[in-house]
Amino acid sequence: MSKLKSSGQQTADAPTPEDAFHEAAALEDHPSAPRGSKADGPVLSADGTPLKRSLNRALRMQKLRALMLIAPLLIFVLVTFIAPIADMLFRSVENQIVSNTLPRTTQALAGWEAEGADSAPPEAAYEALYVDLFLAAEAKEHTRLGTRLNYEETGLSSLFRSSGRDMDDIGEDRIDALEDANEAWEEEGFWYTLMTGGEGAAGNTALLDEQRDRLEALTGDSYAADIGFVPGQAISELLPRTARAYAAFALYTVVEDEDIVAEEEPWERVKIALTQDLRDPATVQALADYDGPGAEELRAAADLSGGFEEIDFKQTFLEIDEDWGNVDNWQTIKMYSPPFTSGYFLNAVDMEKTPDGPALRDEDERIYGLLFNRTLFMSLVITGCCIMLGYPVAWLLANLPMRTANILMILVLLPFWTSLLVRTSAWKVMLQQQGVINDTLVWLGLVDDASRLIMINNQFGTIVAMTHILLPFMILPMYSVMQTIPPSYVRAARSLGATNWTSFWRVYFPQSVPGIGAGSILVFILSIGYYITPEIVGGTTGTFISNRIAYHISSSLNWGLAAALGSILLAVVLILYWAYDKIVGIDNVKLG
Amino acid sequence: MADTDNNDAFVAFERVQKSYDGETLVVKDLNLSMPKGEFLTMLGPSGSGKTTCLMMLAGFETATHGEIRLNGRPINNIPPHKRGIGMVFQNYALFPHMTVAENLSFPLEVRKIGKSDREEKIRRALDMVQMGDFSGRRPAQLSGGQAQRIALARALVFEPELVLMDEPLGALDKQLREHMQFEITNLAHELGITVVYVTHDQTEALTMSDRVAVFDDGRIQQLAAPDTLYESPDNSFVAQFIGENNTLAGTVKEIEGDRCIVELDDGELIDAQPVNVEKPGDRTLISIRPERVETNVERLGENAHTLKAQVAEFIYMGDVFRTRLKVAGKEDFIIKTRNSADQRRLQPGENIEIGWLPQDCRALDAV
Repeated sequence: MSKLKSSGQQTADAPTPEDAFHEAAALEDHPSAPRGSKADGPVLSADGTPLKRSLNRALRMQKLRALMLIAPLLIFVLVTFIAPIADMLFRSVENQIVSNTLPRTTQALAGWEAEGADSAPPEAAYEALYVDLFLAAEAKEHTRLGTRLNYEETGLSSLFRSSGRDMDDIGEDRIDALEDANEAWEEEGFWYTLMTGGEGAAGNTALLDEQRDRLEALTGDSYAADIGFVPGQAISELLPRTARAYAAFALYTVVEDEDIVAEEEPWERVKIALTQDLRDPATVQALADYDGPGAEELRAAADLSGGFEEIDFKQTFLEIDEDWGNVDNWQTIKMYSPPFTSGYFLNAVDMEKTPDGPALRDEDERIYGLLFNRTLFMSLVITGCCIMLGYPVAWLLANLPMRTANILMILVLLPFWTSLLVRTSAWKVMLQQQGVINDTLVWLGLVDDASRLIMINNQFGTIVAMTHILLPFMILPMYSVMQTIPPSYVRAARSLGATNWTSFWRVYFPQSVPGIGAGSILVFILSIGYYITPEIVGGTTGTFISNRIAYHISSSLNWGLAAALGSILLAVVLILYWAYDKIVGIDNVKLG
Repeated sequence: MADTDNNDAFVAFERVQKSYDGETLVVKDLNLSMPKGEFLTMLGPSGSGKTTCLMMLAGFETATHGEIRLNGRPINNIPPHKRGIGMVFQNYALFPHMTVAENLSFPLEVRKIGKSDREEKIRRALDMVQMGDFSGRRPAQLSGGQAQRIALARALVFEPELVLMDEPLGALDKQLREHMQFEITNLAHELGITVVYVTHDQTEALTMSDRVAVFDDGRIQQLAAPDTLYESPDNSFVAQFIGENNTLAGTVKEIEGDRCIVELDDGELIDAQPVNVEKPGDRTLISIRPERVETNVERLGENAHTLKAQVAEFIYMGDVFRTRLKVAGKEDFIIKTRNSADQRRLQPGENIEIGWLPQDCRALDAV
């Protein structure tokens, strides 16, 4: 093996495959197979390892080094580009808020089918709603859910907000009766001892963890901290609902309010749960044998609770707000209870979810189709305008003498040095009805003072301003492609007998098409997602889909819909790119 | 220099001047006429104005002054596409987005020639340059020599009577270039077309042309057949530019018909043939071709002029020996001797006697 010869082909300090090969050979002690012993086997290197493997080994180091070199950029791109796109795609279908906020309600609704206008859900659903909504109201998450569901069914936001306020009042009379009978039920310490099951009682951590998960899902915060409370095993078996409610209360008190469990009086919900538990005959029976702390009080309370009337949750909710009797509201909750939904996408294409599957919205409620069409149409017009205006300029740039071309190039680049906002605002000054252009036209007598042209706050204004702003993106790729076309081609064409026009159209133009393609892709993709200029000069008829996305992100806060619209926009761009590749071929795009 | 029968000439330049900036003339007073069927080469160093002349003929540059006539017709104001002149460009200028056949079809299409006629002409043109199998290729898939042939075929396919070639072989390697030189001349003679060929390679000019116009400083320095040009250069520039040349500086002592006596700068007197020296006392450069210098002076006979020389360097070049000598105070006197069986290889430092016939020794202007 001639080491000299092969290392001579490389630069002196670069690691040669040969070096790595020798290192590898030294590290591994392969039984050396005689070379060429198998004529048809894989090619072996000097020490008998397959050549492919030693080549890979030799190149691994170089590849690793190259990877490390680009790693900062790769990570940057992943973090700032790929990750937001992935997040956007996820957000456009994500819908966990309903099942996180109303887990029991969605469970209770699973078996329910709306049969008609008056087929309200069962009592169990109302009771579950009380349990869920009480906790959500304490955690102040019910308004978020209301906002979310309001996107689908108007009125749900205020329904949730007002109902949340009234949750504390449900079963008020019972709590009063309980507390009147024995003041112990108002004492924080008593409750704490009752629920821990006293000194040395076995703890029920499973229950605590269950509530911990529930609250984490609800609030999105971490509840991992030690809260200084574990519900007693015996008491949580005896009073399951109370134990669950108290555990949730304890967790919330410690983590969110940063108080001590034993020093806070439990929520009304805990007391209601107690009265509910104590009405269960089985509990009453079991209570007779219970000897933990507060057993006496419990037995007294059980006697008292037996006399209470059953709470009619449905009636209670209807009293709070009669909209709770509206089947549509319940259907919306049920429809959006799965953790993922196609609702945002349906919304983004002017459709809605109905119990009978997706359906087109009413004609007067459709806006996104119109906006998508308008965005595509106007982007095409802008791209076309840029080609028409940019081609001659690029041609001049490529064909003028260097000095003149440089001055012209500065003029082309000048807009890049001015703020986008300034340029757009300048167009406002130019195009408005009392603006420069109208004034000039009136002064020239071309336009009557009473009928000044409306050139701003409509599609015309957007097209003019955006063409101006995006023109450099068209000129620069065209220019760099045209620069590479030698003048001898046109001369050859003319010497072969072609007129100026023919030699341009048949010889020069086809060679400049890659530049047009590159510029068009740039301008079209930029304009399809343009936001600031249409926002300022677009008025109502000249706005793009991106303005709607921005509205949903910053004003209506419907991020899911914004994400769905964004995803559709992304898909449209990708499809167009694919189509362009099919029709023109992406190899034909040159930036220089 | 200018032919007198300008009116019968196929191509004629008459008092043509060209300036790009209005301050300097790139072409100064060009007069040239060539008959039909001639292969004329414009030869000269870069910046001598030869390409400008070609471009004026093709119509890509306009003459600042003077008249250019093609077939008796002034063409100064005719745009290039109406001149009907075929042209081969330096880098071939084959249209990259068209196939070979489409490239050839282009001049026919713009002349509105029917499809079947076109195909026939394209086939013939491709066969002519032996590229019949390449019609479907793109220019990028062709080698330099192949592209050159296609460019030639494209310039000929519409059967022009005049073809211009602007350093067409510049990008080829030596062997291919020599081969193509031969092919182009053959083709030109077979088809009887008139060719104006621009090059800066004097060997190319000598081997290919019927006549060569040597350009320098915007003027034609000499327009003559290759052998005349080589053997009887009109001035020092042509003598220096064409082939290898030894010069000895001196002063004219006497002139007598086609003989003059020149006193070299070291005092030696030699006979020479006066070419453009006029009177005694003129400074002159004596020009002698290296292969006309004889080291075996006995062979030359009585008339020969002999000089003493010292060998400075001996270079073996295979077919010839090239020897650098110290002669009359100059160190760069080159002689070439054939590598024949009886030829001695000279040793550096050796003192020898060299000689030449007076008619091979031309007294030219001192530049």
